Amino acid sequence: MIRECDVLIIGGGPAGLASAREAVKAGCSTVVLDDAMELGGQLVKQTHKFFGSEMEYAGVRGIWIAEKLLDGIAGSPLFTPYLRTTASGLYEDGVVTALFEDREVLKFRPKKLIIATGAMEKTIPFPGNDLPGVYGAGAVQTLMNVYGVMPGKRCLMVGAGNIGLIVSYQLLQAGVEVSAVIEGMDRVGGYWVHASKIARLGIPILTRTTILKALGEEFVTGALIADIDENWQPIAGTEREVDCDFICLAVGLLPLVELFYLAECEMKYVHKLGGDVPLRDATMRTTNPNVYVAGDSGGIEEASSAMVEGAIAGLCSAKSLGAAIPDFDERFARLSDELAELRCGPVGEHIRRGLAECTMEELL
Amino acid sequence: MSGIKSTGVPSRELIESTFPSEERRKSGPFAVIECWQEIPCDPCVASCPFHSIADMQNINDLPVIDHSTCNGCGVCIAQCPGLAIFVIDETFGAEDEASIRIPHEFTPLPAVGDTVRALNRDGSFACEAKVIKVRNTKSKTPVIEIAIPARLILDVRAIEPLSRAKNI
Repeated sequence: MIRECDVLIIGGGPAGLASAREAVKAGCSTVVLDDAMELGGQLVKQTHKFFGSEMEYAGVRGIWIAEKLLDGIAGSPLFTPYLRTTASGLYEDGVVTALFEDREVLKFRPKKLIIATGAMEKTIPFPGNDLPGVYGAGAVQTLMNVYGVMPGKRCLMVGAGNIGLIVSYQLLQAGVEVSAVIEGMDRVGGYWVHASKIARLGIPILTRTTILKALGEEFVTGALIADIDENWQPIAGTEREVDCDFICLAVGLLPLVELFYLAECEMKYVHKLGGDVPLRDATMRTTNPNVYVAGDSGGIEEASSAMVEGAIAGLCSAKSLGAAIPDFDERFARLSDELAELRCGPVGEHIRRGLAECTMEELL
Repeated sequence: MSGIKSTGVPSRELIESTFPSEERRKSGPFAVIECWQEIPCDPCVASCPFHSIADMQNINDLPVIDHSTCNGCGVCIAQCPGLAIFVIDETFGAEDEASIRIPHEFTPLPAVGDTVRALNRDGSFACEAKVIKVRNTKSKTPVIEIAIPARLILDVRAIEPLSRAKNI
């Protein structure tokens, strides 16, 4: 059996759920596929209050935002989520295949597809990085905040971007010590307020510092770190051991883009957005007229902008199907302005420059 | 590079720049907003019941507080996603005493009357401090008011979590 629908959204995180809400509101039959056991993507792990403005639920904790995004569509006959379902293929005739609960292959034929698959974590090479006790920051958040499992007793955090800083704070809240946060750059990459939150609880943030190796035979028993020079080379004589029983890597994210390749969307490597990303226009449409992009799969950014991108993709894909949206122009303009405002400050500069490399001026 | 950009620890001068006039400081509690980086964030503006935090032209603007209308109610403390707002009361207690209200997202919460370890903005031990008030908030950011020596109002910015203090 092939399941027909107007809009199929792959990924039920902030971008995917915001897309679904707009598509359902516009009267489209909407299916969301997600491999997790509940909707929300990374939101369900984010115990901190969000930044941004009211439209993106600023001041609300991430863990509560998924529910809010589902408000009003959760019971709708137009909305069908499939959980524990992994999209596995995309064919020339537009059919999407997915594996449901590891046992059943489902087939969908959507009129429009929104790819909101998010990102995967990057890692860095160092001896011992395959030892048990070396985690990605996402894994640490999943263990702690989804399953209630302590990842260890004492952490070395690698990376002082927002994820490294926030997860360090969450570890402290869970009763886990953090020996230090180390960062290769000469400054904190994340928001200063997140850095201050952990600094005042005594966690040292060590910039221009790298990990040389993980110590331990069977599992992590410590780490060797060193200062680095302007060329990111370790400075001899600065090596020292850090007491820790696990190492958490928060060294960046990579857009998950395999499905765009299958859909033959034109792709481009954009360093500032984290990797290969699809070209898109202001409506979030890619070079494949039936495929839209939203969220981190189109470039690594924040959940707040992912939600606005998702709303644009949902609204515009519905519109392209001929849905009656009387206030379309007004809503599209409002969402576009909101997105531009989120990105217009100094911390949005690299996003603006990255997007300039992959956003088409003309509507496709 | 040093200072807040690389360590997360603001300098004393930076902290002092958030303080109102000497006269205002003597008249009662006031909020200080330790937000020095233009990031897209504005919930503090809407949180203030007295509209003492100016509307932002742009969401990346830094918050600007009008201390002449701020009465130190502290509603903003729990609304700031960056936990960057504190309320200081130099009229509290004796001449050489003051109080500070601190957002504290750690369980178990201290109770009124408890003695806790107050920490400096770099996390070092500042002093022992008595808990005056514990307020639970809808946003689940509890706000704890502690009594501290007046000379430490630029320094004390955290309370050692109780779960951690017992391991020291």
